[in-house]
Amino acid sequence: MAKSIPAKLIEDTARELTSRAAIDIPHDFRAGVRRARDRERNRLARFVLDEMDRNWDIATEDRRPMCADTGLPRYYVRVGNEATIDGGFVALERALRQATADATATIPLRPNRVHPLTRIDHNNNVGTHAPEITYAFEPDRDFIDVTTVHKGGLFGSDYRMLFPADGIKGIKRFFVDCLVQFGKRGLACQPAIVGIGLGGAKDTCVRLGKEAACLRVVGSRNPDPEIAKLEQELTDLGNYIGIGAMGFAGTSMVVATHIEVAFSHTGGLPIGVHQFCLSSRRATARIHPDGRVEFRDDPAWFTDYYRREGVE
Amino acid sequence: MTAPYTRLDDVGMDEVHLTTPVADADIARLKLGDVVYLSGVLYTAREGVYKKVVDDDRGLPAGVRELTNVNFHCSPAAAIRPDGTYAVEAVTATASFRFGKSFPKWFERSGSRVIVGKAGLTETAYREWFVPAGAVYLTTVGYGLGATYGKAIRRVVDVHWLRELGIAQALWVLEVDRLGPFLVEGDREGRSLFALANREINARLAEVYRELPPPALSRFGEVVSREDEVVL
Ligand code: SF4
Repeated sequence: MAKSIPAKLIEDTARELTSRAAIDIPHDFRAGVRRARDRERNRLARFVLDEMDRNWDIATEDRRPMCADTGLPRYYVRVGNEATIDGGFVALERALRQATADATATIPLRPNRVHPLTRIDHNNNVGTHAPEITYAFEPDRDFIDVTTVHKGGLFGSDYRMLFPADGIKGIKRFFVDCLVQFGKRGLACQPAIVGIGLGGAKDTCVRLGKEAACLRVVGSRNPDPEIAKLEQELTDLGNYIGIGAMGFAGTSMVVATHIEVAFSHTGGLPIGVHQFCLSSRRATARIHPDGRVEFRDDPAWFTDYYRREGVE
Repeated sequence: MTAPYTRLDDVGMDEVHLTTPVADADIARLKLGDVVYLSGVLYTAREGVYKKVVDDDRGLPAGVRELTNVNFHCSPAAAIRPDGTYAVEAVTATASFRFGKSFPKWFERSGSRVIVGKAGLTETAYREWFVPAGAVYLTTVGYGLGATYGKAIRRVVDVHWLRELGIAQALWVLEVDRLGPFLVEGDREGRSLFALANREINARLAEVYRELPPPALSRFGEVVSREDEVVL
């Protein structure tokens, strides 16, 4: 049997991931924003994107957070079916919570998490159900992949129960609604990676939409060619609306559109739309049982196994 | 007074450097879309501070009003170091529209004349609340320029109400050097850069929506009368 992964190693890795996510913009997203800037004709919108690009250099050079709004730091953990953790999942969750609290003080991050009613702030981004930890599994593997995402934005996400009769046009309509309502004044801090969850139960499509926005790299396509085609159509449609960075009339609204599907109720077509803002913060590490840790930009969250359709 | 811009493309984006407290004549000269950098002292104030000053009738902490007339709607990514000093690495604004109704009292009690924030307000809001106070609105850029803005902070001059309000909501008095860029979003006449942009965006929307159907089920909000059904 493979060696157990020490909880301490998970904690140290998560602390490093939190700092990388907060400071270093992922390469794929940055390249996408640069393409959006090159296409953009509006001077104000282009100015915004040039300043963002400079901001990412300053963040990396100075090791300071790219955006002071920490968003909601959270984790996605993919566990190999053969992996074991010293102290089990309770130790893993403790490690991730500890890392969040420590990183909040050392980077520093803004302590964003408060009780919804009393507004009490522990000043460490830890609280009830915070940070969220989402799990997925992978057969025949003995590592764990830890991804942290700091998703910002009180604006930009929405959910709708559509119906089968609404079809593709209904999806497009809701997509445009989301971009127009949150694109003006740049409330969504666009251009964004737009994630769409289609189908499943209400919570499934909202979850999948967020994962599609935050856990797929710019340039990736859904393996289903029809869905991949729709991704491209929606990106083009989003950039055709006439809204650019910060809500200046322009074309820089969408860096990429990612769609993920789940089997839904026969009578429904639920849809969740998320916009991963100009501070698209994510970082991933693979932790092997021999103690090796590999950092990377691509969360590679959507594996064939994760998207499986059959029993196996 | 310069002639108002009628098209977004005409906006000059002139670079302007202001020092605090910002003089009335400098405020009056600002044009929509000017690219502004601030040097001197400013303070952060958001929901917590507004509640104290506007709802609970407290003044700003002693000395703050005399120091500066610039209010930044933000909270810094800050921490208190073990030796008691403060680390402020990044600042990003928070959306300003939510402070709307507080402005008349806020201007009166704080003496602030330059509001720096995110996403601005409506032209109606500027005309009703800002113009009478002689105030203008500068919007942050991005809006994620946290590192750029953080780099311009020279030092934390003071922090007030830290224990009561917490790090994110406390009133931080910051000394800054060429903090920016900001864009003039609301000028002294009550005009708005976003309103200019929205007029151009709206002119196109009918075309964008031409092929798109209404959804099969409406929701309250789209259905404005509560007596209406959501089913079409
Ligand atoms: S939405 Fe993103 S870029 Fe905008 S302020 Fe929040 S974290 Fe920063």
